[in-house]
Amino acid sequence: MAEFILEMKNITKEFPGVKALDNVNLQVRPGEIHALVGENGAGKSTLMNVLSGTYPFGSYTGDIVYNGDVCQFKTLHDSEEKGIVIIHQELALIPELSIGENMFLGNERKGRFGIDWDRTYHEAGEHMKQVGLKEEATTLIKDIGTGKQQLVEIAKALSKNVKLLILDEPTSSLNEEDSRMLLDLLLGFKKDGMTSIIISHKLNEISYVADKITVLRDGSTIETIDNEAHNIDEARIIRGMVGRELSDRYPAREHNVSDKIGMEVKNWSVHHPIYDEKKVVDNVSFNVHRGEIVGFSGLQGAGRTELAMSIFGRSYGTNISGELKIDGKDKNLRNVRDAIEAGLAYVTEDRKGNGLILEQSIAQNTTMARLEKVCNRGIVDVNKENAVAEDYKEKLRTKTPSVQQAVGNLSGGNQQKVLLAKWMFADPEVLILDEPTRGIDVGAKYEIYCIMNDLVAQGKSVIMISSEMPELLGMCDRIYVMNEGRMVAEMPASEATQEKIMSAILQSDKK
Amino acid sequence: MNAKTFIKKYTMVIALVVVFIFFSLWTEGRLLYPQNLSNLLIQNAYVLVLACGMLMCILTGGNIDLSVGSTVCLIGAIAAQMLTKHNMNPIVVILLCLIFACLIGMWQGFWIGYIHIPPFICTLAGMFLFRGFGRAILDSKTISIPQSDGTVGKKFLDIFASYIEVPGIDTKEVKWSAFVLGIIIAAALIVITVLNRIKKAKKGYKQISAVSQFAKIIVIDILVLAYTWKIAHYKGIPVMAIWVLAIVFIYAFITSKTAFGRYFYAVGGNEKATKLSGIDTKKVYFLAYTSMSLLAGLSGLLVAARVGSVNGDTGNSFEMDAIGSCFIGGASAYGGSGTVGGVVVGAILLGVINQGMSIKGLDNNWQYVVKGAVLLIAVIFDVVSNKKTGKAG
Repeated sequence: MAEFILEMKNITKEFPGVKALDNVNLQVRPGEIHALVGENGAGKSTLMNVLSGTYPFGSYTGDIVYNGDVCQFKTLHDSEEKGIVIIHQELALIPELSIGENMFLGNERKGRFGIDWDRTYHEAGEHMKQVGLKEEATTLIKDIGTGKQQLVEIAKALSKNVKLLILDEPTSSLNEEDSRMLLDLLLGFKKDGMTSIIISHKLNEISYVADKITVLRDGSTIETIDNEAHNIDEARIIRGMVGRELSDRYPAREHNVSDKIGMEVKNWSVHHPIYDEKKVVDNVSFNVHRGEIVGFSGLQGAGRTELAMSIFGRSYGTNISGELKIDGKDKNLRNVRDAIEAGLAYVTEDRKGNGLILEQSIAQNTTMARLEKVCNRGIVDVNKENAVAEDYKEKLRTKTPSVQQAVGNLSGGNQQKVLLAKWMFADPEVLILDEPTRGIDVGAKYEIYCIMNDLVAQGKSVIMISSEMPELLGMCDRIYVMNEGRMVAEMPASEATQEKIMSAILQSDKK
Repeated sequence: MNAKTFIKKYTMVIALVVVFIFFSLWTEGRLLYPQNLSNLLIQNAYVLVLACGMLMCILTGGNIDLSVGSTVCLIGAIAAQMLTKHNMNPIVVILLCLIFACLIGMWQGFWIGYIHIPPFICTLAGMFLFRGFGRAILDSKTISIPQSDGTVGKKFLDIFASYIEVPGIDTKEVKWSAFVLGIIIAAALIVITVLNRIKKAKKGYKQISAVSQFAKIIVIDILVLAYTWKIAHYKGIPVMAIWVLAIVFIYAFITSKTAFGRYFYAVGGNEKATKLSGIDTKKVYFLAYTSMSLLAGLSGLLVAARVGSVNGDTGNSFEMDAIGSCFIGGASAYGGSGTVGGVVVGAILLGVINQGMSIKGLDNNWQYVVKGAVLLIAVIFDVVSNKKTGKAG
């Protein structure tokens, strides 16, 4: 057996105007879990797309040696035939089809006349067992959560006889529990001799599962770090990624929490928009002071996003009841417009789906929530609009050649900055940030944290919903913990630990 | 701007120029006769008006309105009956018709915007409904609008289908007023551009290059002058042209300059994000379809006046001409992009092809074939060129 199952040698890939990969080398041994890390735009996904044949042979230079053979993959199909399967960050499942149908899509189990459904669902069940997915193979994808969907993707890969599994940010939309389960699953596969490559931003996970870590920066390989002992220091990885020591991952801030309460919510309940007997948010009360960052912790599905959206002008749920006070005054916000006018802003977790208009320019996105501010009797003053966008571009250090650039062309971190700019321009007193740093790199995260600190320094209130506990601990003054629609704990950040938050969640589960 | 981006930006304008030159040569210059140029605008007035409204619907997400041809028929029928049977004052007739068209639009807009009936189905239903009502009102007959002097019918026709004549400057041979209007428009364009640049310079905003901006204005000015010179040698300015220009101007203004117009692009670009930005998306749909039917109503009046009569087939497949113009003019089939300028170019392109082929005496059937081919080519070109720049999914 060759020393390496996969060797990528001097891979160079150019897009019009940019060199995405510049002489990249990657060596993966059989049976190891190899992590690929780097900031957004470092070239991780491009490298994996070259490997899988998404960018066909000929569109790049360099050699791919797999199992000792030089390979020339022209399509995804070629690489899958050799047992290389890639699972993308955005899941490629069809919501209206069943688990079994999705698993064998394009690879149908055929009988004499058409599809052999018995065999399809039997085999699907076998693979589901392998990944520990306890569902019926006939269940529709839209009826299971993201965590389980991720497992379906893996089961699908297994059905293709996978030898080298590539996972692009598999845990970015999972909560801690599901993430841990997925990682343990990978460790289990490793015991059975499967090789995996994992791309991730979550360094603690990488330190937990990876045997080798290859760091990419600006399209070049920086180094490959050994992590056989699984105890690597996260700062060591960060140093490779950003090329400098990022001593503080959270910017320092003076904690000047005012006595004045910015927003107060009492006995807030929300019902599911379709199944209206189901309570999604159950009698929740909380408050946030001016100049304070309050964190909302919890597992996925704890009802945090639903709580935030229902407060934000009833944009989620039915039968909403409860009291809402902003700056001590009772408010009844019937729609989003009311909410914006009352000084509330909700920065969505789903920036592409709910936040931005990708084909429109940065300038147009920036002013969208408060277009009237750059209008003169209903007529948009484009010059003023551009000046405003330019101003925010400078303030938030958005990397773009021009504010006329379509938002879809920006990287995730810069898109997030445009989204923040949009809501800062709306000039709210209370900002609700839902997963503000999801899927963006370390450098951009730090900048977003700085912006949050600036906002509270101006006396505004910030609510931060996040699934990354270290981030909440590092940034907040106070942390609320939610589980299954209820508020289960509240603690000052100075006393909070990850263990305390987890145990609050687990204890509430037992009740 | 290099040649490549120039071609990409002005593809349809270039196509229009090529097609125009082709038909001018093929018809041995007959396309350029003053009468034909004048008719080019009058005969396509309804397409231009409908296409403006259709653009608003398409912007909201590639939604179309199939009922406009039937609305044209219904409103035309109502107008014709009011003018012939009831001898009503033409101004009152026009107002009532437009109010009624507006109600039709609100009816459709309500179902589509507030009850979320898919636009395709709702307007398909409208297409049957309004065609049926129209035919019932006409009693399956062709109703002619009286044209003799002094009748209300004549007054009605004057409002839409006459020509402007200014005593004193217009002679029998040459209607100088048309050319004077051309000169005024040409001069106004230059003055507005210069004033705009001065304002921008004062505030220190970025300017686009003076050469390309003025080159564009000069080309437009030459076209305006040439066109008005030509029609001055026919019957002068058609009143219908003023109606059409007013509509085009209003819609161009709404879509490019106002916050209200911006909302249509936003809904088509990302409806959820638009909603979460505090914009009433239901109202946007509602108004898109209300404005569409209002324009269909106006179009019905224009067509009734131009043809001079209304029958059960009036307005047949007009919706397809309007939709075709929008897509040829570069509106996205998924919504969120498209301009009134582009749509006007698309409509004129179709018009030139129609006119050229009729002058040449080609069969009506072949006109359909050519229209279909042009539409397909335009959209293929749009999709392919967007793919190259990596825009399309």
